[in-house]
Amino acid sequence: MNSASDVLVIGAGVIGAATAYFAAQQGLTVTVLDKGLPASGTSSACEGNILVSDKELGPELELTRYSLGVWHGDLAEHKRLWEFESKGGIIVASRESSLASLNRVMAAQARYGVVVEKLDPDTLRNAEPNITPDALGGASYPEDCQVQPMLVAAHLVRLATDAGARFVADTPVTGFLRSGDRITGVRTPRGDFSAGAVVNCAGTWAGELAALAGVNVPVLPRRGFVMVTEPLPPMVHHKVYAAEYIDNVGSSDAGLQASPVVEGTPSGTILIGSTRERVGFDRTVSTNALRLLAENAVALFPFLEHVKAIRHYHGFRPYCPDHLPVIGHDERAPGLWHAAGHEGAGIGLSAGTGKLLAQALSGQAPDLDLSPFAPARFGERKENSTTHREEATA
Amino acid sequence: MTPIVSADVAVVGAGPAGLAAAVAAAESGAAVVLVDAGAQPGGQFWRHRPETVVPEQEGKGHHGGRTYLDLRARFDAARGRGRITYLPGLQVWMAQQLHPVQGDDAGFTLRTTPTAAVAALEASVGTQTVVARRLVLCPGGYDRQLPVPGWDLPGVMAAGGIQAFIKANGILPGKRFVIAGTGPFLLPVAANIAEAGGKVLAVLESSSPTAWLPHLRAAAGVPEKALEGAEYAAVFARHRIPYRTRSIVTEVLGTDHVSGVRTARVDADGRVRPGTERAYEDVDVVGFGWGFTPQMELPLSFGVQTRLDADGSLVGVVDERQQSSVPGLFLAGEVTGVGGATLAVLEGLAAGTAAAGGTVLPEKTAARHRRFAEAMHRAHPVPPAWQDWLVPETIVCRCEEVTARQLTDARESLGARDTRTLKSFTRAGMGWCQGRVCGFAAACIGAGSGVAPTAESLSGSAKRPLAAPVGIGELAALETTDN
Repeated sequence: MNSASDVLVIGAGVIGAATAYFAAQQGLTVTVLDKGLPASGTSSACEGNILVSDKELGPELELTRYSLGVWHGDLAEHKRLWEFESKGGIIVASRESSLASLNRVMAAQARYGVVVEKLDPDTLRNAEPNITPDALGGASYPEDCQVQPMLVAAHLVRLATDAGARFVADTPVTGFLRSGDRITGVRTPRGDFSAGAVVNCAGTWAGELAALAGVNVPVLPRRGFVMVTEPLPPMVHHKVYAAEYIDNVGSSDAGLQASPVVEGTPSGTILIGSTRERVGFDRTVSTNALRLLAENAVALFPFLEHVKAIRHYHGFRPYCPDHLPVIGHDERAPGLWHAAGHEGAGIGLSAGTGKLLAQALSGQAPDLDLSPFAPARFGERKENSTTHREEATA
Repeated sequence: MTPIVSADVAVVGAGPAGLAAAVAAAESGAAVVLVDAGAQPGGQFWRHRPETVVPEQEGKGHHGGRTYLDLRARFDAARGRGRITYLPGLQVWMAQQLHPVQGDDAGFTLRTTPTAAVAALEASVGTQTVVARRLVLCPGGYDRQLPVPGWDLPGVMAAGGIQAFIKANGILPGKRFVIAGTGPFLLPVAANIAEAGGKVLAVLESSSPTAWLPHLRAAAGVPEKALEGAEYAAVFARHRIPYRTRSIVTEVLGTDHVSGVRTARVDADGRVRPGTERAYEDVDVVGFGWGFTPQMELPLSFGVQTRLDADGSLVGVVDERQQSSVPGLFLAGEVTGVGGATLAVLEGLAAGTAAAGGTVLPEKTAARHRRFAEAMHRAHPVPPAWQDWLVPETIVCRCEEVTARQLTDARESLGARDTRTLKSFTRAGMGWCQGRVCGFAAACIGAGSGVAPTAESLSGSAKRPLAAPVGIGELAALETTDN
C-alpha cells in the first residue's frame, strides 16, 4: 500500500494537472497517477485555446469567464512557462446570412459581459490584411488567448510536486477500493493508493474509469484533425474563424464537419483546424478531413493555396451528450469526484475547473455554483455496479 | 481530379533496392509503377550527373557500377515493353491500405506530390495517385547526425550530402575538408573529395581498427569489401589523407561560416581524453556521418512490426521474401537494416519477385552480407558518451533552435523521456525537417547519457503523418473518398 493522501488525481492531462496544482495550493496532500506521462492524451493533440468567443450562453460561458480570471490572476506569474499569448480571436462572415447570425450572437454575448467589437470590412482588413476579399465583416474578441497546452500540464504537475504533491507515471487504474459504499482509493499494478477523495480527470477515458466505479458518466470521443503549415513570416495575426464555427461546436451531428480556424503561431507555422466527427477512437488518417480543412482554409486565406502543409495531427475531444463538462462530487459513489468532458474547451476551462474543484475538495463553497456540471445529472448508479464493486473491493 | 495510375506492383524508391525490385517484378510478369523522388534512376548510391547533360558517364566511379548498368538496361527494356511505368520527381506524402473488397486482396494507394527541385526544373508529371495490389517500399536512408557545438554553422554538411553534391554536380562544395564520425562510409566520401581535387585535412573515426578484430570472421565472408578497403587505402595514400582513429570533432569553429575545427582523442566510450585536443584551421567544409537512419515514415504509417538493428536504428521486420507484418507490403534496402548497396539489390530482387507472385529462393549471399553489415555496425557504434560533447547552448534541433539545455531540462524537471514528450515540451523535431535530422539525438537525450534509445522513442520521431510536405492547394483538390 502506498501512503494515503487527501486527494488522488487520476490523469495528468491539463485538467488533472490544474486540479492537483490548486489542491496542493489549498494545503491538501495530493497524489497524481497517470497511465503514461503528463499530457499524453487530448492535451497534447489540441490547439491550446482559451476562448470566450465560441461559448454557448449559460453555465459554460460562466465557467469560461471565471477560468479566464484564474489564468490572468492565480496563474499570471507562470504565464511565460506555457507561452501564454493574448492573441485575440476574430470571427469572419463571408455571407450575408452568416453576418446576420454573427451580429445576433455578438449582441447576446455583449449582454453577458463578453468583450466583443464589430469589425467592418475595412477594420477587418486592417487586422488581417490577407483575409479573403469575400469577407463582409466580422467580430473581434480581444479576450481570446492561447497557451502551449503540453507545457501547461507538465509545468502544473511540476509546480504541484514542488508544493508537496506526488506524481506517479505509468500507473493505470485497474479498480477501486471501497469501504461500504464509499470509494477510498484505487488499485494499480504498482499497488493500492488510498485517499480521502479520488478525482477522475481521465479525459476521453473518464467514462471507462467511472464505469469501473459503477457509475455512468457518458464521456465520448469526438475526433478532430489539425493541419500545420511550413514556417512563414507573420501572415495571420489572430485566431481567425469562420462564422459557421459557432454552429459546429454545439452540434451533435456524427458526420464529418469542418469549419476553418486559422491562426499563426510564434514559431511561424500556421495551424489549420479543425474537423469534428464522431468515429470513436479511430486513428485512421482521413483524406476527407484533410481535404475539408484545406478547402476551408484556402477560402478564408487564399494565399494558403500555395503554402505547404508539413504535418497534421488528430486528437479526441472528450464530450458529454449535453455538451457540458462533468465537475464535482459524485453522490452516487461517495468519495469519487469527476472533472472531465470539457470537449474542445478543456485547456481554457482547466484553470477554473481546477481551482473550483480544489475549493470544494477542501470543504469550501466554490466561487462558482457547480450544480449545472453535477455528475448525478446522468441518472442513477449503473445496474452492474455490484459486479464491479465485488471485483474491485480490496 | 488527380490522375490515377494502376498497377500490380508499386515500388517506392529507385535506388539499388527499388530499381532491383521494379526490374524483378516486371520480369516476373507484373505491371509495375516505380515512384521516385529523384529526377533519374539510381537513388543516392548511384546518383549521377543529369543524363541530359552528361549522357556517357553511367556506372563510372561507382562501386557496383556494373550492377547498376545491368539493372538499368533491364529497367529500360521493361519500360520499353510497357511493363514499368516510371514516375520520377514525385514524393509520396501519404500511403494507405485499401480495405479488401469481397474475394479480392487488399491493395494500396500512394498519394504523391512533385518534389520542389523537379517541379522547378522541368515539365513535371504533376500530382499522381498510384493504386496497386502489392507495394514494395525502398525509401532508403540518410546520414545519421549527432550535434556538437558549432554544427549548425554554414559549411557543416552530412558526409553523404557532400558525396551527393559531387555526384550530382561534378564539382566540390568547398576546398578544404574535415570528415568525421564513424563507419566505413567516411572512406568513399573522403576519396571522392580527393579525386575531385579537394583537400581532405583529416578523416576522424571515433572507433578504432582494433574494434574490428572480433568481427573479422564475418568480414572475411565478403571478400569484395576487403577489396574496396584496399582501394580506399590506396587513394588515401596517394592524396596523403590522415586517417585518425578514436578521434572526434569536439567543436566546429567559425562566426558566420565554418573556419576550423577542434578535435580530440576519445576512449572506447567516446569520452574525451584530456590533453589530446588539437585544432585545424582554414577549413571550409566539415562532413559528419554517424551511420545511417532508415526512412521509416512510410512503413510506420502502415503500422509494420519493427525492431532495433545492430546500429541502433529502427527498422522493419520482414520474412525471407521481404514481406513485412502487413500482408502485401514488402520492404527492401535500408528500411530492413542498413547493409550496403549489394545487399539492397539482393533484397530488392527478392521483394520484387515475391510481390509479383514469383518464387524466392533462399539467398546465401544476402545472409553473408547481413553478417558483414552487423559486424560493421558493432565495430562502429555511436559512442555511448557522445552527449558529453554537448554544451548547454548547443543547438540540437536546428529547425526550431532547441538547445541541449532545453532538452535536458524537459527531461529532468518535466519528466520527458522520449521523442514524443521532448517534442511536446520543447518543439524539438517540429520544424521543416520533422525530426529527420535531430530525431536520433533527441531520442538519446531523452533516454539519458549512455542509454540507447528504445524502438518506441525512435518510432515517435519517425512517424510522420505527412511523409513529405504537400501543397494545401493540392489537398483541397483531393477527391472525396469513402474512408
